[in-house]
Amino acid sequence: MTEVPLGAEQPFRLSMLVYDRRYRSMTFQVIVFILVMALGWWLVNNTIRNLAALGKDFNFGFLFQRAGYDIPQRLIPYSSDDTHLRATIVGLLNTILISFMGCIAATILGVAIGIARLSNNWLFARLMAIYVEVFRNIPLLLWILIIYAIFTDVLPPPNAYRGDDPQWSMIFFDQVALTNRYTAVPAFGMSNDPGTIDLGARITVNLALIAFLVVIIGGWIARRAILARAQAIQDRTGHRPVTWWINLAVMTVPSVLLIWYFGLHLLAPELKGFNFSGGNNLNNALVVLWLALTLYTGAFIAEIVRGGVLAVSKGQTEAAFALGLRPKATMNLVILPQALRVIIPPLISQYLNLTKNSSLAIAVGYMDLRGTLGGTTQNQTGRELESIVLMMLIYLALSLIISAGMNAFNRSVRLKER
Amino acid sequence: MSNPNHGPDAYLREEMLPEMPPPPRETGMVKWLHENLFSGPVNAGLTVLGLLIVWFLFDHFYPWFAHSVWNASSLPECRKIIAETWGEGAGGACFAVIRERWNQYIYGFYPPGLYWRPTLVFGLLFVALAPILFSISRNIRRIVLLTAAIVTVLSLVALNTPPIWLGVAVAIFAVALLVAERRQMWLLGFSAFYPLLGVWLIWGGSFWWIIMILAGMGFGSLAFIIAGRLSPLLAGSSAIVVTLLVWVFLSGDAAKDAENLYSLAIARVDSEAIGGFLLAITIGVAGITMSLPLGIVLALARRSDMFLVSSLAVIFIEFIRGVPLITLLFVAQLLLNYFLPPGTSFDIVLRVIIMVTLFAAAYMAEVIRGGLAALPTGQYEAADALGLDYWKAQRLIVLPQALKISIPGIVSTFIGMFKDTTLVAFVGLYEPLKNISDAVRANIEWKGIYWEPFIFVGAIFFIICFSMSRYSMYLERRLQRDNR
Repeated sequence: MTEVPLGAEQPFRLSMLVYDRRYRSMTFQVIVFILVMALGWWLVNNTIRNLAALGKDFNFGFLFQRAGYDIPQRLIPYSSDDTHLRATIVGLLNTILISFMGCIAATILGVAIGIARLSNNWLFARLMAIYVEVFRNIPLLLWILIIYAIFTDVLPPPNAYRGDDPQWSMIFFDQVALTNRYTAVPAFGMSNDPGTIDLGARITVNLALIAFLVVIIGGWIARRAILARAQAIQDRTGHRPVTWWINLAVMTVPSVLLIWYFGLHLLAPELKGFNFSGGNNLNNALVVLWLALTLYTGAFIAEIVRGGVLAVSKGQTEAAFALGLRPKATMNLVILPQALRVIIPPLISQYLNLTKNSSLAIAVGYMDLRGTLGGTTQNQTGRELESIVLMMLIYLALSLIISAGMNAFNRSVRLKER
Repeated sequence: MSNPNHGPDAYLREEMLPEMPPPPRETGMVKWLHENLFSGPVNAGLTVLGLLIVWFLFDHFYPWFAHSVWNASSLPECRKIIAETWGEGAGGACFAVIRERWNQYIYGFYPPGLYWRPTLVFGLLFVALAPILFSISRNIRRIVLLTAAIVTVLSLVALNTPPIWLGVAVAIFAVALLVAERRQMWLLGFSAFYPLLGVWLIWGGSFWWIIMILAGMGFGSLAFIIAGRLSPLLAGSSAIVVTLLVWVFLSGDAAKDAENLYSLAIARVDSEAIGGFLLAITIGVAGITMSLPLGIVLALARRSDMFLVSSLAVIFIEFIRGVPLITLLFVAQLLLNYFLPPGTSFDIVLRVIIMVTLFAAAYMAEVIRGGLAALPTGQYEAADALGLDYWKAQRLIVLPQALKISIPGIVSTFIGMFKDTTLVAFVGLYEPLKNISDAVRANIEWKGIYWEPFIFVGAIFFIICFSMSRYSMYLERRLQRDNR
């Protein structure tokens, strides 16, 4: 009888590549690697041959040629004489603008509706439930087309606002005028304009904007410092100094001073001749897309918020009440922190969805990244391979940046476990 | 009457008092109203706001719906009828466009003589789904199958189906109804065959292709059995290789020769002709059926211990989830010709289905990964302790539980994917929402009709998506195995 000592080295046999668990995963990975490489080589080879057959090359030089088309809605100066690269950046900024506006509005709407669905009011809760179900179960494209049709078909031309007894009147305290060509909203005016600073590449930023940003960020940092100091005093002495009015002052007084110093005021749009002027005339494509994305994503966010609040068990509220916390403190200290942990991860994916869904701008002709780089530029230069690959990479980068930022926020509110 | 033991008790009540009615505030309608609508000033304000919203919607839309016209051949005629019936200036819906263009909305530009083919495919979908979706309750299965059979056969009769096919349809439904009573799992055989049958009936062509595809699979399973005798490891790979070899080198020629010998062909239909809800449902069903298995594979790959496999899965999933579907559709439309060997061009609908499938599979993989992560580690350890190998452990212990956990996510991915089928409008396909409606409006009779098509298409999408989500809630309840 022979004994194989435990742990003795067995001579390597070829079959061990398959039957021995130590080698099997390596074998499998090598096979996968070879297959993936072969597939990649096949695709690249096909692309090279196809490009050669068409007499094309793979070259991003077209980005530096003259674009030759106009973009109605833009955040930085742009004319048709600029390059395709600048057009791409204008498009990207438009994508970011609509996503940013959409995320903020959808969050506000979603939180309001999610909480309204939890209300004791039978009628209101039912109405909100209907809203959520209707918007979640019908494609976004339909909402975009419907709102677009309302804007182009139902709304009047600007001159309907004319006369002593106009057919249409402005809304929101005579500040906003809805027309079938644009939406006139108030602009900011300053009686003491500090001028602009040139960032190069014809991009200018108003100094007042920088001043406001500095003051707001500074106020926020100061608030953090005050709270930290209050906490330190409380830890040392047991008495927490009253900080709310200092905080309030730090957060608001400098901004109010700046508003007074610059003489900031709203310029309401006024009908002059056939058009509104004095305010900002927002492109209707932007407004329609913004409304549709907000209403659609708001329904999803409402469900997330509702689920998050329901996920905090009733025992938590009761325990907080038993400890003698008031309803407001219970909400702030017990329910909200726990609900946020449930809410934030799906909220991140809704923000990402909204950003990606903003590419449906194609339906209303809003010139976002897809409209510029993946649309007109691609059509004009015939560089579909380069344009679409670049466009996908930019969208990918945008998604990764948003999810990285939001995940960092998620980590900061997550339950600190051992 | 007096108490015999204690003598007369003056303080004892001799009989029950009659029941008093509860205070009016604590009963019936008033109590309900007080609790649910007017419990406080905020609540009362919300009620008023809600009533205002309801009144606003009613006031704006009810007359329009009430004045709807269902029978007219053009928009001006519609308006004339409305003006004649309800007076000048009355607004009214003109749902006659749905009646007039019904076929276009359902079938796109499919040849009218062949409408019975997609109709039959749609009816048989319920037979194919019966063992999967309605396997729990015999009654529901009976109702679904019987309704599908009756509606389909009646529609087929109305659509002038050739008698042979009418017979085939009746036979399939009859057999399915009988089989579903006793051996419902046998219907899974039909479910497996259904995709091939559906593709053949919708696109047409020779049935020999289907036979040859099945023959390839037959040769593959033959190879599986023979090679399995030699070495169990060779079995799987040799089956795949043999199947592929048969398909690539043998099936095409064999199908052509067989077709020449004895024709089994039905009329071919171009992909461009397929549109309307036929297109949306075709893409949706194909995407749903293929994205679930692909998503499972991707989720398992992402959780795999093998570094290369999991990183490839991560790259694929994150890339797909990081870009909008519309860019993937543009890849399908514009770039796929670059990536394939020169001279190959294949069907745009097929390309779109592939892209939609990949897109949904990446989301599905994340949903299922969540389910796998939510499963307690003890379940994995128990599977290991029982000595199950990887695939057995996944198949018997892990996946059934993980998939059950992920049902809500899976179904909402399905719903999202079905809604996303509308995006194929931007690669020039005739989906109902945009391009069919545009085509309808392009005619002089229906120029300028917006709301009615939107409402119609939206209602159908709503019905399908809403029932999917309700079904998932039902399934969740039925599959609940823990303590209730």
